Amino acid sequence: MIVNDFVCQSGDAVDTDFSGFSVPLEHSFEVDDVPRFRLRGALQLRGGRENSVYLSQNQLSEKDRSTLKDVAAVDGLYRIRVPRVSLQVDRQTERQSEGYLTTFVRACSLVESHLSDVITLHTDVSGYIIGISIVTIPGSCRGIEVEDEVDLEVFNSTISVVAPVTAPAPETAPYIERMEQEMEKKGKNPQEQKSFFAKYWMYIVPLVLFLMMSGAQDQSGGGAGGGAANGGGR
Amino acid sequence: MAWLVVRLAISVSLLYAASAVFEDQVGKFDWRQQFIGKVRFALFDTHSQASKKLLVATDKNVFASLNSRTGDLFWRHVDKTGPEGHIDALLMYGQDAVVVVGNGRLLRSWETTVGGLKWETVLDTGSFQAAALVGVQDLVKYVAVLKKSAISLHDLSSGSQIWGENLPDSDSVQYQTIYSGENGLVFVLGIVPNSHIVIVEYKIEDGEIMNKKSVEAAWMSSLESSCAVVSSGILLCVDQITQSLYTLPLQSAEQTEMRQIHLQMLDLEVASGFRPVLTSTQPNPAQPPLSEFFLQLSPDHHILLQFKDGLIALLRDFSPSYLAAFATSGERTVAAVMSPKNDTACSINLFSADTGRKHLDTTIIYHMDPNGGKPNRLYVHAFLKKDDSVGYRVMVQTEDLTLTFLQQPGRVVWMREEALADVVTMEMVDLPFTGTQAELEGEFGKKAAIQDGLLPMVLKRLSSQFILLQAWLAHLWKLFYDARKPRSSVKHEVTIDILSRDEFNLQKMMLMVTASGKLFGIDSKSGTILWKQYLENIQPNSVFKLIVQRTTAHFPHPPQCTLLIKNKDTGLGSLYVFNPIFGKKSQISVPTLPRPVLQTLLLPVIDQDYAKVLLLIDDQYKVTAFPSTKNVLQQLQDTASSIFFYLVDSSQGKLSGFRLRKDLSTELIWEVVIPTEVQKIVAVKGKRANEHVHSQGRVMGDRSVLYKYLNPNLLAVITESTDTHQERSFVGIFLIDGVTGRIVHEAVQRKARGPVHFVHSENWVVYVYWNSKFRRNEFSVLELFEGAELYNSTVFSSLDRPHAPQVLQQSYIFPAPINTLEATLTEKGITSRHLLVGLPSGNILSLPKMFLDPRRPELVSEQSREENLIPYAPEMPIREEWFINYNQTVSRVRGIYTAPSGLESTCLVVAYGLDIYQTRVFPSKQFDVLKDDYDYILISSVLFGLFFATMISKRLAEVKLLNRAWR
Repeated sequence: MIVNDFVCQSGDAVDTDFSGFSVPLEHSFEVDDVPRFRLRGALQLRGGRENSVYLSQNQLSEKDRSTLKDVAAVDGLYRIRVPRVSLQVDRQTERQSEGYLTTFVRACSLVESHLSDVITLHTDVSGYIIGISIVTIPGSCRGIEVEDEVDLEVFNSTISVVAPVTAPAPETAPYIERMEQEMEKKGKNPQEQKSFFAKYWMYIVPLVLFLMMSGAQDQSGGGAGGGAANGGGR
Repeated sequence: MAWLVVRLAISVSLLYAASAVFEDQVGKFDWRQQFIGKVRFALFDTHSQASKKLLVATDKNVFASLNSRTGDLFWRHVDKTGPEGHIDALLMYGQDAVVVVGNGRLLRSWETTVGGLKWETVLDTGSFQAAALVGVQDLVKYVAVLKKSAISLHDLSSGSQIWGENLPDSDSVQYQTIYSGENGLVFVLGIVPNSHIVIVEYKIEDGEIMNKKSVEAAWMSSLESSCAVVSSGILLCVDQITQSLYTLPLQSAEQTEMRQIHLQMLDLEVASGFRPVLTSTQPNPAQPPLSEFFLQLSPDHHILLQFKDGLIALLRDFSPSYLAAFATSGERTVAAVMSPKNDTACSINLFSADTGRKHLDTTIIYHMDPNGGKPNRLYVHAFLKKDDSVGYRVMVQTEDLTLTFLQQPGRVVWMREEALADVVTMEMVDLPFTGTQAELEGEFGKKAAIQDGLLPMVLKRLSSQFILLQAWLAHLWKLFYDARKPRSSVKHEVTIDILSRDEFNLQKMMLMVTASGKLFGIDSKSGTILWKQYLENIQPNSVFKLIVQRTTAHFPHPPQCTLLIKNKDTGLGSLYVFNPIFGKKSQISVPTLPRPVLQTLLLPVIDQDYAKVLLLIDDQYKVTAFPSTKNVLQQLQDTASSIFFYLVDSSQGKLSGFRLRKDLSTELIWEVVIPTEVQKIVAVKGKRANEHVHSQGRVMGDRSVLYKYLNPNLLAVITESTDTHQERSFVGIFLIDGVTGRIVHEAVQRKARGPVHFVHSENWVVYVYWNSKFRRNEFSVLELFEGAELYNSTVFSSLDRPHAPQVLQQSYIFPAPINTLEATLTEKGITSRHLLVGLPSGNILSLPKMFLDPRRPELVSEQSREENLIPYAPEMPIREEWFINYNQTVSRVRGIYTAPSGLESTCLVVAYGLDIYQTRVFPSKQFDVLKDDYDYILISSVLFGLFFATMISKRLAEVKLLNRAWR
């Protein structure tokens, strides 16, 4: 395969702009669906507290454009891969592990989105890249013909590195704080401290008396009321 | 005031979620069966004639007492799992049972009537070798425990140690057995393999070494397996190479060599390759063993021999004979021998031990289950009849762990299926329709019906209606007939023939696969075992996967289940296809699997016989389809590009995705590698295929909708850190799309450790971990939402979902350890979900999912109240009303299986471990069922009353009108 078209342009600039390093991003799209990876661009990675990534890539050659359209026509796959690396600086020596991380997207959706893709690199807690994902926006294949060859020349890529988020632990401290505040508030306001019965006794006592009077007259009525109360639990 | 509102909200929500069983509902929908496991020691209580006790100790570390008349448990003690609770020895004397537990860690004495612990002694460290009761002058007073390098004697009534002595030269000599006769001495026998045996005599009173000698025995490698003590202290050993018996009086000082007796002299020969076994009996530990013993020469050849005056005499030759055992009642010892009768039955006969003469009329016929295993243990309970003759009952244990208790002339008194103590996996299958229902189904189901024409169709319809009428009349007659009989005599016996689907599909067939390789079909309503099938030659470390390929819905095609049996070491698998209702093996030709199977995949694609297609992926990523008819292969070719599957290699931390090609080969399409140096994958779970989600979103307080991210291909991957330090350990949660390999979410729970239990369902994952910093169990819930708008509301495709979902997460403290976790499942998914939590106490907690909602607010607002959200509280409550199994605890609960029923409100639950418990749960109460105590009479009388009142008042009104008209 011809890879001459892919020249990593910013190769020299890496060392000055970034204190990081660069790894190749490769892609493959073949009509026979047998992966043959070629260079798509270079990923400039920088580890540390804020993982950052920058992608420099070239235009697609005319031949590649036609291949991509052919692959899209047979609903083939567009695959990309990166080598397994670690972002952490102190692991520079053992940074490169064997093997690659691969993923894919349907070639047709890449064509129909005019090469607008979002590439995400996922790292684990120690900064190893564990996975790569690619999606196109929009992601659907509607069979729209992309006539204009110019639309397929330049990748419109968004690339990011995602580290795992820390899952929340049970929040006891704010809860206790809130409870204390409630207690304080209650302590300040003596009106609140009065119990329900103390506040409303003047309504409750006549009501109870009334119920007792009526209950004495009609025993069965009281029983039915109790039954309804039991049923109310549903 | 806000606090009051919070409390009110909590109590209202609790009221809503609370559910408990009423007293009169106990046992109505639920049943429990208790098991013990594979019996290792079984002793009949011969203390008194009327005793019904049978004491057993099993490989599941269970010590129990069974009722020998019914097979029920009197009591059961379940010890710790693993070697810590392993029962090393069981000895019984009188009312006391002495048990050595945990490789000689504990010595316990149990009172056998009620199962109370009398005493417990912690023994010195050292690996356990043997234990024996020691008697002094016809009274058993002590128990001796032999460890690798020490011996100790304990008092039988209090457990206190009388003395303990270190064994001489214990680093070179392997002490293996212990023997005590009548003469106030304890003999400890040790061996230096292929060199000599060592005999040490201890005085019972103070543990003083009276004598120590070594005897040449160059041929011997193990004392335990080749020797026995017979008569008054004669050590008897057998050697298969020289084909001879060796004898040695333990106490005599003059004989320093073992005396050799060639088996040839008795006209006997050991079968080649068989290790001969000696069995002696010591009815009373305070007296020497009997001089008679069994010698087993081949798997089906036993010989009863007698040692007398230094000579060995042949009493009786049992050939063929599978099993032989001694039993003693009073002063009389008998031998029971099991011999084959014909292909399906064995006969057990009783012989007197001292003469070898056969007792008359003592034959028990034991019918072997054609679907079961061979008998491998025989336990005999002998007793004296009124006429002073010896009667007996036997308990037979088979390879498939069935305990059968028989009495003369072959009546099975009871049977226990102990294989069920170790259920590995299970499924629930709908029962088939009755014949009449099936008839109706068949009428409309057959495609040929169209060609039949009008008249035959009418006739067919009439005939099926007639059959229905007939069945209905028969049903009515049966009801009438049963009603006349007193209630107690109406037996609800469940047989396979009368089983049919009930109105609400609440009764199902439970398929249980056990570790021993026995399959069971159990009626879910009553717990009756309807069929069982023992699969022979199952390796003990096999992994099983049960797949329902065709349900009962496709009459007249029988339902079909496939069991994949995989050897854990080699990975090689085999398929067993059977009918789940009748347990019969299917005649369908099964593909052979020459290569290890990595993954199985049940496709929604069905063949012309309505069986779902099962794909098996081997280690070369080649795919085998089953069934693999032409039709199926054609369908697979058509849909190949949309069939994806994933593989997990936890040793390399690699998850990889594959796509099927048209020629049934596969191509790698994605790869995610989680470095094993940092964390290792412990579990991967997708969603259940039969799960339905009714609502696509949640209505928020402001009436907008938050749409759920319902990705059916989502995998939840749980990892644990390799660093186990409490500050640095963590649990990782990865949500990965199984088709594209996209990591949808990645989170790390810091300062956490496994074991992790988790449930993955709908749009949420709930997991439980151990917080190593605060030393407590914690729950965490992750929920995924698409947001306020759906990307594509008609269909979900993993290939076309560019936007990552919103992930919400919240954690809670759970104040109890957890054994297992599962979620309820209902037919349409309308009913709210509950989590079923199996606790080590044996209780199953039904925890409303409402409590595990990451949207629970810190502060109550108008909107959250509108949404019925419970305010956040860090601790999860455990309320006893939520225990669905009230006091019917499930020992060592290992798994919970949930299945939907025909009623939307009802979910069937089976919890299994050492016990099996089946029940129904109603997460949102029985909203579609009338209550049990619904007052039909009141309602109908009110209705009738109103009806008649209207009639009468109408009539009165008419009369009145008429009268008025006349006026």
